[in-house]
Amino acid sequence: MTAMPISYNQHIRRFQSLIALLVLCIVLSVLTDKFFTAANGLNVLKQVAVNICIATGMTLIVLTGGIDLSVGSVLALCGAFTAGLLQNGIAIPSADLFIGFTILGAVLVSVIAGALLGLFNGFVITSFKVPPFVATLAMLTIARGFTMLYTGGHPISNLGSGFAFIGTGSIIGIPVPVWIATAVVLLAVFITQKTRLGRYIYAIGGNEIAAKLSGIRINRVKLMVYSIGAALAALGGVIVTSRLDSAQPNAGISYELDAIAAVVIGGTSLTGGKGSVWGTVIGAIIIGVLNNGLVLLNVSPFWQQVVKGGVILLAVVIDKIGEKKE
Amino acid sequence: MIVARNISKKFSGVTALANINLELHPGVVNAIIGENGAGKSTLMKIFSGVHTQYEGEILFNGKPVKFSNSREAEEAGIAIIHQELNLVPYLSIAENIFLGREITNTIGLLDKKQMNEKTTALLGRLNFKEAPDTKIAALKVGQQQLVEIARALYSNASVIIMDEPTSAISDKEVDNLFSIIRQLKSEGKTVVYISHKLKELFTIADRYIVLRDGATIDAGSVQSVSQDELIQKMTGRKLTLEKSERVLTEAAKLLSVKNINLRHPLIPARKIVSNISFDLHEGEILGLYGLMGAGRTELMETIFGLHPKTASGEVIVNGRLTIIKSPANAIRAGIALVPEDRKLQGLILDQTIDSNISITVLKKIQQWGIVLSAQKEKELSNNYIARLAIKTASGKTKVKNLSGGNQQKIVLAKWLATHPRIFLMDEPTRGIDINAKTEIYRLMRSLAAEGMGIIMVSSELPEILSVSDRILVMCEGELTASIPVAKASEEIILKYAIHKN
Repeated sequence: MTAMPISYNQHIRRFQSLIALLVLCIVLSVLTDKFFTAANGLNVLKQVAVNICIATGMTLIVLTGGIDLSVGSVLALCGAFTAGLLQNGIAIPSADLFIGFTILGAVLVSVIAGALLGLFNGFVITSFKVPPFVATLAMLTIARGFTMLYTGGHPISNLGSGFAFIGTGSIIGIPVPVWIATAVVLLAVFITQKTRLGRYIYAIGGNEIAAKLSGIRINRVKLMVYSIGAALAALGGVIVTSRLDSAQPNAGISYELDAIAAVVIGGTSLTGGKGSVWGTVIGAIIIGVLNNGLVLLNVSPFWQQVVKGGVILLAVVIDKIGEKKE
Repeated sequence: MIVARNISKKFSGVTALANINLELHPGVVNAIIGENGAGKSTLMKIFSGVHTQYEGEILFNGKPVKFSNSREAEEAGIAIIHQELNLVPYLSIAENIFLGREITNTIGLLDKKQMNEKTTALLGRLNFKEAPDTKIAALKVGQQQLVEIARALYSNASVIIMDEPTSAISDKEVDNLFSIIRQLKSEGKTVVYISHKLKELFTIADRYIVLRDGATIDAGSVQSVSQDELIQKMTGRKLTLEKSERVLTEAAKLLSVKNINLRHPLIPARKIVSNISFDLHEGEILGLYGLMGAGRTELMETIFGLHPKTASGEVIVNGRLTIIKSPANAIRAGIALVPEDRKLQGLILDQTIDSNISITVLKKIQQWGIVLSAQKEKELSNNYIARLAIKTASGKTKVKNLSGGNQQKIVLAKWLATHPRIFLMDEPTRGIDINAKTEIYRLMRSLAAEGMGIIMVSSELPEILSVSDRILVMCEGELTASIPVAKASEEIILKYAIHKN
């Protein structure tokens, strides 16, 4: 057996988003002396932590060839739900019952609620063969509507300093959201690279028919990834709510687009089967660094959007050129 | 005239073409023959501008050319008619012929009238009487081919390459195609005819060029060579397999199916598979023959649990009634299925050999109940690469870079890894070369000798006759015959495949 035949070109492709990130960092370090500092680095990571959580879940979904547009709304609903549980608990007057929630309890219940919303997405997609785009588009509206109903359109605030630790605290100098995102990423990398579920995800995205004929229970895997994706969006909701000490009914609007952008910049194919969680993490950090750098350079917010869009295009175009060469 | 000098081409380290030298003459039918994987299609894709990265030189009418896309080749006068036809099904004949080179009137709108008239004239030249506004979807494959030829005629191509043009058309359509080829020849065009049906070549071709393992082996006049000589040149050795004389009806029954029915998913009154019952014995190779649409593939799919909602009937595995509602159920019952179309149904082309083989048995390569072991996966895959003589640099090669025969071996490997007792194989040797075919036949025989039961669906009568112990014949969804191979002949099988008893 000879060694694995990987061309120079393939090596470059594997690391191209990492290279882009490094180049971006070097350029920003030269242009502004505020960029390359530990404080600013942590600041960027803290800002991208929520997107990393959501985008990691999105990666699993996109790898199967699907998409989830509802993550922003799920984030808002579950954030509001967490705040509501903490503040009011669940009261059932008819049964003379009141359930109060500890912080951990509220967080767990909300994340499970998020998973159930994702399970519903998956159910619609697998049972009725509704395209993921449409099914989750519907959920985007439905979950936002429920958020409004639940909050009455008003923020739920003053959730206590203990809860605020999740979004604003630090452990050994590193913000808690960064710890959470790191844990999520490591778990997702483990699942995708080292477990059967991970293989099945790639197999379904690579060739769904072949995967089915190989005995893989396609629907089960899809239910799983949509549930994980929405649970991670709910976790994002917890972090956002905690950081602001307030659940905003219009939180998370257009977050799905940032998550998809991170996935795409990270080199995951929207048709499924190709890509990685690491790529998505780098994609999310690229977006974060770009936002941060443009602010430091005093670029107008309007231009920031133009630049971000341009980077997404560039990433995809470079990827396509590489694919052709291969 | 096209002259190729020292053309070489590699796909990620695997040599597809090695120093090809050949000449294609005008006014002549040049047959390029060779087994699958010999490099015929790759070479044609270089001539027609599909592959642009290669070594060597092409001279077209004396001048060196290098096309950077298929349009450039087409403009230079080289047209290729692919095996998988390149037509848009819901556009008309005329719209397809003029696709990308529409005729417009003075204000820039489509001049449908003129295009339809020209189409009628082109079709007339091919003796094909069909209205120019007929949709492609309404045409038979043979007729669609004529549209492709009309397209080539319109572009005034001087070289027309046909890749396996008779693989999907009827005998009558073949005759028609041949008369058109003769006409093209008489007009002085260079016809390049790729096929592995040798009989046809002797009817239509003037010159032959034999490719083997990516190299030119021989070329010459068809008149000066015999069929046996050509086979010798193509394969280097002959297909030899003794007809089975085994009778296994006394052996233990591995699989019995009783009254299998499969309803049409949209028309409930129609049956795709109708009341089929048969037994498969230990160590038996059962050949399943039928014409297109006889329901063979659907019967295999039904046994494998792919039609849980529309099928009925009993499946008895090892004497036990078994409910199979999904492929996962079937695998647990010890059944494996090599599907009809390996690229569409059998493989994940973008993934490595290792992960394609292990996909069916991931549980077995787990450590500590959850983590996949790269080491165990490699051992598994290397074992089958060696056992099935899969030609590859390593298990990390992507499956899409392998030849058809090697790809099919991967499909076999991923199923052998599940250690099936019952192996359903739907066209296991379709589109692969004779050497790989022989290897697969030998493998089937040795698996059967170990006690495995195999059902092989095939459209090739010689294959059915040389591999099977017993032959089942289907016609329009029904089982019409079950014959021991000793009593079978091509005529008898065909009789049952065509006429109901």
